[in-house]
Amino acid sequence: MIQGTLAVYYRELLILRRRLSRLVPSWAVSPLLYLIAFGYAMGKHVTIDGHTYMEFLIPGLIAMSSMTQAFAISGEINIARFYWHIFEEIQAAPVSDFSYVLGEVLAGMTRAFLAITVILGLGLLFGVVLSCNAWFWLAVFLNSFVFASLAVGLAMLVKSHADQAMVTSFVITPMAFLGGTFFPVENFPFWAQKIINLLPLTHASTAIRTASYGQTPSLFSFIILGVTGGVFFYISVLCVKKAKD
Amino acid sequence: MIKIENLCKTYKTIQALNDVNLQVNKGELFAFLGPNGAGKTTTIRILTGLTRLSSGRVMLNGFNVENPGIESRRQCGLVPQSINLDQELSVFENLNIHGRLFRMNKQKRIRKIQELLDYVEMGDRKKTLVKNLSGGMKRRLMIARALLHSPAILFLDEPTVGLDAGMRRKIWALIKKTQQHGITIFLTTHYIEEAEFLADRVAFLDRGNIVVVDSPGNLINSQGTWALDRLMEDDMETIYFNDRKEANNYIAIRKDSFTLRRVNLEDSFLALTGKKVK
Repeated sequence: MIQGTLAVYYRELLILRRRLSRLVPSWAVSPLLYLIAFGYAMGKHVTIDGHTYMEFLIPGLIAMSSMTQAFAISGEINIARFYWHIFEEIQAAPVSDFSYVLGEVLAGMTRAFLAITVILGLGLLFGVVLSCNAWFWLAVFLNSFVFASLAVGLAMLVKSHADQAMVTSFVITPMAFLGGTFFPVENFPFWAQKIINLLPLTHASTAIRTASYGQTPSLFSFIILGVTGGVFFYISVLCVKKAKD
Repeated sequence: MIKIENLCKTYKTIQALNDVNLQVNKGELFAFLGPNGAGKTTTIRILTGLTRLSSGRVMLNGFNVENPGIESRRQCGLVPQSINLDQELSVFENLNIHGRLFRMNKQKRIRKIQELLDYVEMGDRKKTLVKNLSGGMKRRLMIARALLHSPAILFLDEPTVGLDAGMRRKIWALIKKTQQHGITIFLTTHYIEEAEFLADRVAFLDRGNIVVVDSPGNLINSQGTWALDRLMEDDMETIYFNDRKEANNYIAIRKDSFTLRRVNLEDSFLALTGKKVK
């Protein structure tokens, strides 16, 4: 099993390495603009729970970026599937569906971790030093696991690149803005909070933010992320099986 | 080596394969010939485990394709119709990934990659990015990749589609050379001359049904040796003769314009199915 996973992961790493010089600037652009526009210009005099808005914003951006970059593996899978037809090469090999999903999920998580280091670097430029303790990394790990697993499953369900873009517009983008990234969830009406608290990103951003303030996040958030990730992973394995017509 | 029994494949309401029965012997080069949509690719996809069969049984070298274990997957090397190489990666990287997917150890992988690149005359292209290769080189690389894990059977789905005549002949030579190494080859094509030149036996496939299985020689001879084509208003009439003199005599007593040529597999296909291969 592990050899199949490593082979799939190795392939994604080679592609990632080839594109790294283009990817790193692209990982930096959006967070940089958010930091300048929201953190520096708009939120200069705003404090939330005794922290500057910049200190509030950067953990949110880390949660958002780990989500979007882990989810971006779905785009890579679709290119491999619809454009390069590489998926057939993997299907014809002695690689189990589980190994394949695990390899792709690890690749998505790797992207997420690399993107986060870029944001942490940007944070330093703005003079924000976060506490990157074990809880912080665990929350990032689980968040990227959730969205990389979701990405693999959805990549198997969509029928074209256009479908993939639609999924991103309807699932990822709303979550990125509503999941406690840019403002506290408590600012929403009570009924909306109920819905937003169902989103995995809300738990991820809360846990990452709490950890980066040097406090211990709620165990409940970790359980939610772990269970959601596990369910998405299992569904992805089933979707890969189903992708065989 | 390959045993197909009562194979059927249905896509919703479309019957892609209908009760296909076939046996391919060890070391044989077997060609599936048929027009687009006949079911050639579906057959190869089922044989290589990419598509599930609806009913029937397929055995590859003693392994049932419906129980895809490591050994059963190792039996097959596949060269699909479309180029499925990682364009942004190098020739070596593409082969290395394949070797890893098939669980080859590093030492064996590196040795076989060099061996096969020399075999397909691309030994000096190891570091070249695939996107910079010509169409013919990509096809040769795909053959090398399919052979990397030493399969017993090589499946080639339209291996020369889109290539010029010169490169097509180069690929044919490579396929023949591969067969001489004892590998069983299952090929689909809609190029008549490809099946004629390469195959030990040919199956004609028409709308998911096998019409006939025989050697190209027997199939051609069943129609005669010479053919006269006469262009009509909206069709072409072909008349067959056993010797050239007979055909010339036929032309001599008619005012129409004819084209005299040797009978080929297309004639046999036309006679048996009522349609052309292309």
